[in-house]
Amino acid sequence: MADLSVSIGSLTLKNPVIAASGCFGYGVEYASAFDISTLGGVAVKGLFLNEREGHAPPRIVETPAGMLNAIGLQGIGVHRFVSEKLPELRRLGATTIVNICGSTLEEYCEVARVLSDAEGVGALELNISCPNIKEGGIQFGCSLTGTYDVVSAVRKVTSLPIIPKLTPNVTDPSSFARASEDAGADAISLVNTFLAMAIDVETRAPKLTNVMGGLSGPAIRPIAVRMVWECRQAVKLPIIGMGGIATATDALEFIIAGANAVQVGTANFVHPLLWTGLIAGINDYLDRHGIARAADLVGQMILPSKGPR
Amino acid sequence: MRTGVWPYTFMLMPVDIPAAVISNTRLTPDYNVLALAAPGIAERAAPGQFVMVKTTPGLDPLLRRPFSIFEILRDAAGTPVGISLLNKRVGVGTARLYQAQAGDRLECLGPLGTPFVPVDPPAEAWMVAGGVGLAPFATLAHALAARGTAMTLFYGGRSASDLFYESFFAGLGAKLVITTEDGSAGERGRVTAPLGRALEQRAAHGPVTLYACGPTPMMRAVAELGARHGRTAFVSLEPVMGCGMGGCYSCVVRVARPGGTHLVRSCIDGPVFDASRVVWDALQGGHH
Repeated sequence: MADLSVSIGSLTLKNPVIAASGCFGYGVEYASAFDISTLGGVAVKGLFLNEREGHAPPRIVETPAGMLNAIGLQGIGVHRFVSEKLPELRRLGATTIVNICGSTLEEYCEVARVLSDAEGVGALELNISCPNIKEGGIQFGCSLTGTYDVVSAVRKVTSLPIIPKLTPNVTDPSSFARASEDAGADAISLVNTFLAMAIDVETRAPKLTNVMGGLSGPAIRPIAVRMVWECRQAVKLPIIGMGGIATATDALEFIIAGANAVQVGTANFVHPLLWTGLIAGINDYLDRHGIARAADLVGQMILPSKGPR
Repeated sequence: MRTGVWPYTFMLMPVDIPAAVISNTRLTPDYNVLALAAPGIAERAAPGQFVMVKTTPGLDPLLRRPFSIFEILRDAAGTPVGISLLNKRVGVGTARLYQAQAGDRLECLGPLGTPFVPVDPPAEAWMVAGGVGLAPFATLAHALAARGTAMTLFYGGRSASDLFYESFFAGLGAKLVITTEDGSAGERGRVTAPLGRALEQRAAHGPVTLYACGPTPMMRAVAELGARHGRTAFVSLEPVMGCGMGGCYSCVVRVARPGGTHLVRSCIDGPVFDASRVVWDALQGGHH
């Protein structure tokens, strides 16, 4: 049995596998299906200060090896989360990472303050990358100064680990990783979804009411692996990698590229009970390769010029 | 009246089973019934619940599709051993289910969703099914028969070849009222026409609860008839669904709540809803 634990600032995850925000409800929905305390972490659905309705359906459409979503960050708001969901997550023993959103710097800070005062929050993931709503943080996440500003502002109001979630919809994600590091982030997570579209050619209507949506699933995995690799070269921060992970092999690919932990999103829609096998598969790989700690594999890609012949 | 909302953390544990196809009975060039070996799902299922089925291995289509649990299959001793699905070929996934062979395996996750609450006597249950919307009513009819609740099935299709299992429902004691749009069986026209007349005639008699599943305009018409005649109506909605577990928030429907309306997930807050709470105008734009 390898040591699978991962440190993100003051937070220790028991293993590197986290349920991705926006793909796992508030976590409690899955408690009837399996023991969510076995996960490294549960990243709950993005929360604004107030309740938010989201976009009109249809909100998802399938594409080859993937799907587009434009949910629009429907959510119950941070106060209802603290009173209705967090006690249940605590009772279930979940390691809870709360994804937070804001239309302004002040809103991010206020949501962060409320969660810092609550019991049972392990870390804050800053959603600065939702592609589907104008005021969902993407105005921060697509600008280096915006990223720096929101991370440093939240840094001032919380001692919880903070993890900006980066967008892939920029030319150079690694520069955003550096801005996050400079501003005092404890880790970064990437990638959020790729801005995309699908059109019904018969009706000439977009397949999503919102016209555009975010592409996720196995289709994006190679691009996400590349972006994690680039960020690994740019920062020393822990990286939480995601994008189309469905198997232990997929997760290991991200770890070797430089991720300290991974998130699984779309695959959970298809196989909500995949977690035990995924975690066991990572452990089996480490044992098979004689690697004592998952942390020892992070970023250990063997480049062709250095590789065995 | 609430739809019998069960907090999801109290619901029975869903299981994910690589269910073997026991048989594939093709009813017409469009409809078939797949019998699946899934004891873990069969023993937990309540009337009107659904399963998420991976219709094809691999990544295209990527997601599962929701299907009502049609029948609970039992062995000679009465032990639940499987479920059947009533399938209509409309797209890639349903075409695959139409072609399935005995011995194929299909990943099935379930049972899922808030079930129907069957009424007890002296109330009567009137089920209203349009086409493939018959699917959730076999389990409901069993539950009603077990309670001794008198039931009627109003069942409409485009033509006689769209109607199935009439003798199954009759065998459970249901009175049948059949309609077809082309008049090839039963009354010509829509199923809501005889339903409306029956509700008029029922006015002076005892309580009736309506249960409807079918095309959205049909369910809306049933909701309006129920409201007009002061009868509780439940509908089983079928919006586009991503995960079936409450994770993705794609299957939301707009329902009334004190002081306004809000969007709720049909996979866990439904698929069965009190029809009087559904904001029907918001459903019309949805794709199916």
